[in-house]
Amino acid sequence: MKRIYSRLMEELLSGKFVFTAEIEAGKTTSLDKVIEAAKMLKNYVTAINITDNPGACAHMNPLVPAYVIQRDVGVEAVYQITCRDRNRIAIISDLLAAAALGIRNVLALTGDHVTMGDNPEAKPVFDLDSASLVYLIRRMVDEGVDLAGNKIEGEVKFHVGIAANPNAMPLELEILKIERKVRLGIDFIQTQCVFDMELTKEFLREVKKFNVPVLVGICPIRSIGMMKWYIKECPGGIKIPMEIQERLLTARERRGKKGVLEESIEISAELIKEIRKTTSAAGVHIMAIGFEWVIPQIIERTGLKC
Amino acid sequence: MIVLKQKPLEWILDAVKNYDSVLIVGCNGCSGIYQVGGEKQAEAMKLLLEMASEIKLKKNLEVETCTVLRQCDRDLVASSLRPLIRRMKGHKAILSMACGVGVQTISEIFPEIPVIPGCDTLFIGMRTKEFGEFYEFCRACGDCILFETGGICPVTRCAKGLLNGPCGGMREGKCEVDPERDCAWVLIYERLKAQGRLDLFIKFRPPRDHRITIGPRVWRGE
Ligand code: SF4
Ligand code: SF4
Repeated sequence: MKRIYSRLMEELLSGKFVFTAEIEAGKTTSLDKVIEAAKMLKNYVTAINITDNPGACAHMNPLVPAYVIQRDVGVEAVYQITCRDRNRIAIISDLLAAAALGIRNVLALTGDHVTMGDNPEAKPVFDLDSASLVYLIRRMVDEGVDLAGNKIEGEVKFHVGIAANPNAMPLELEILKIERKVRLGIDFIQTQCVFDMELTKEFLREVKKFNVPVLVGICPIRSIGMMKWYIKECPGGIKIPMEIQERLLTARERRGKKGVLEESIEISAELIKEIRKTTSAAGVHIMAIGFEWVIPQIIERTGLKC
Repeated sequence: MIVLKQKPLEWILDAVKNYDSVLIVGCNGCSGIYQVGGEKQAEAMKLLLEMASEIKLKKNLEVETCTVLRQCDRDLVASSLRPLIRRMKGHKAILSMACGVGVQTISEIFPEIPVIPGCDTLFIGMRTKEFGEFYEFCRACGDCILFETGGICPVTRCAKGLLNGPCGGMREGKCEVDPERDCAWVLIYERLKAQGRLDLFIKFRPPRDHRITIGPRVWRGE
């Protein structure tokens, strides 16, 4: 029997449709925004991811907001860790701190390259990669040792998740990459944003054999510029079907900027309902950085949360 | 091979300005093969330096050339340069047209003479299809995994040096860092697939032991 350390894991295994969201720590010395966003999302989502220097931009250490939203807001955190900025010693050290602070969900990521960020002159680390980070966490949790086999005092209780991209081409490569990590032992998958239901369904069919709960990424689109960025520039590549592009463009023509967001809330809710109805996904992970207030609206519109 | 490029002439001119005679030492190894600092380029550099010193430095610089088969070979360097250095007059300097190893080989053998690097050493790589386009292929990591990765080095050719790629930034086969360049891990996947060895793609490679590459590296033979 699998040991369960977090509410997220419990709900993922319960068969209940799970919602998670994402907040950035920000380049700030204040926790106010994070706390405010977490309070707003608390009744809608099971857990909130806190990003780790997203897009290679130097933000507040995510462990602090992850801890604070658990303690002060009472909503569980998914602590994201990338391999870009710290070597294995620093990562082990952060994981020990996270365990001590009661963090129970960790998302293991490689991290965008430093050249993409706001301090592009930095030295990239990548001592570990997302797979060896999973391997490290497994050793800590299962064997109570660090990467080199040194004994850790006390229990380490983490569930480890990974990211995946249903839009990735070729899909076979993406699936093999996931399989590599499944063999190491992962607890959940959170995906990149999807807009294309055909790709999403195919992806979910392929990963079903791994028997790992998948939270499908949903990104409401704020503007036509953001839509274009997804199509042309976003790392990893995102496919937006013509039909959705046209709906957003028409909304912009008829109802202006606000119309785009309204249409996008509607599209997000439709996608979620479709995912719920036709796939084996365990839930969805909604990313709306900087406009988190749309998340409750989207979830309400799906009618899936009572 | 070692890929290098010549330093700008102005830089070289500035470096030689206080000397009376300069011996340009070409290398017919990597530097010569890639036509950066072989025999012909050493001769051309001689002409350039003579002309430039006359016009810009208003002095008569004495310039000789000598090109060795490989400047990283101690014995070759010692035997070819010794008689020439003896003949040089006044304040002498050597301008090496080889990689950093060539420059240091000369320095080790003739420690009393300043050696000027005429080239910047870039990386270990090769010329790909297009003329004049060179790519880095090996970081000398000391633990070669090419057999497992279809002959494509991820340590060097993946922008993040990942052992378990690709990363999430890969976009339609291209690298997140430079969309002009192929993602090394997609190349590895395709190569292994063609060889029927995708099991090696799924294989997990644990993090490297970086003690192997902590410098200065020494190899004492076995
Ligand atoms: S794995 Fe790459 S860097 Fe290491 S020795 Fe082989 S080619 Fe060179
Ligand atoms: S896109 Fe490919 S080559 Fe570029 S950093 Fe990621 S894995 Fe490496």
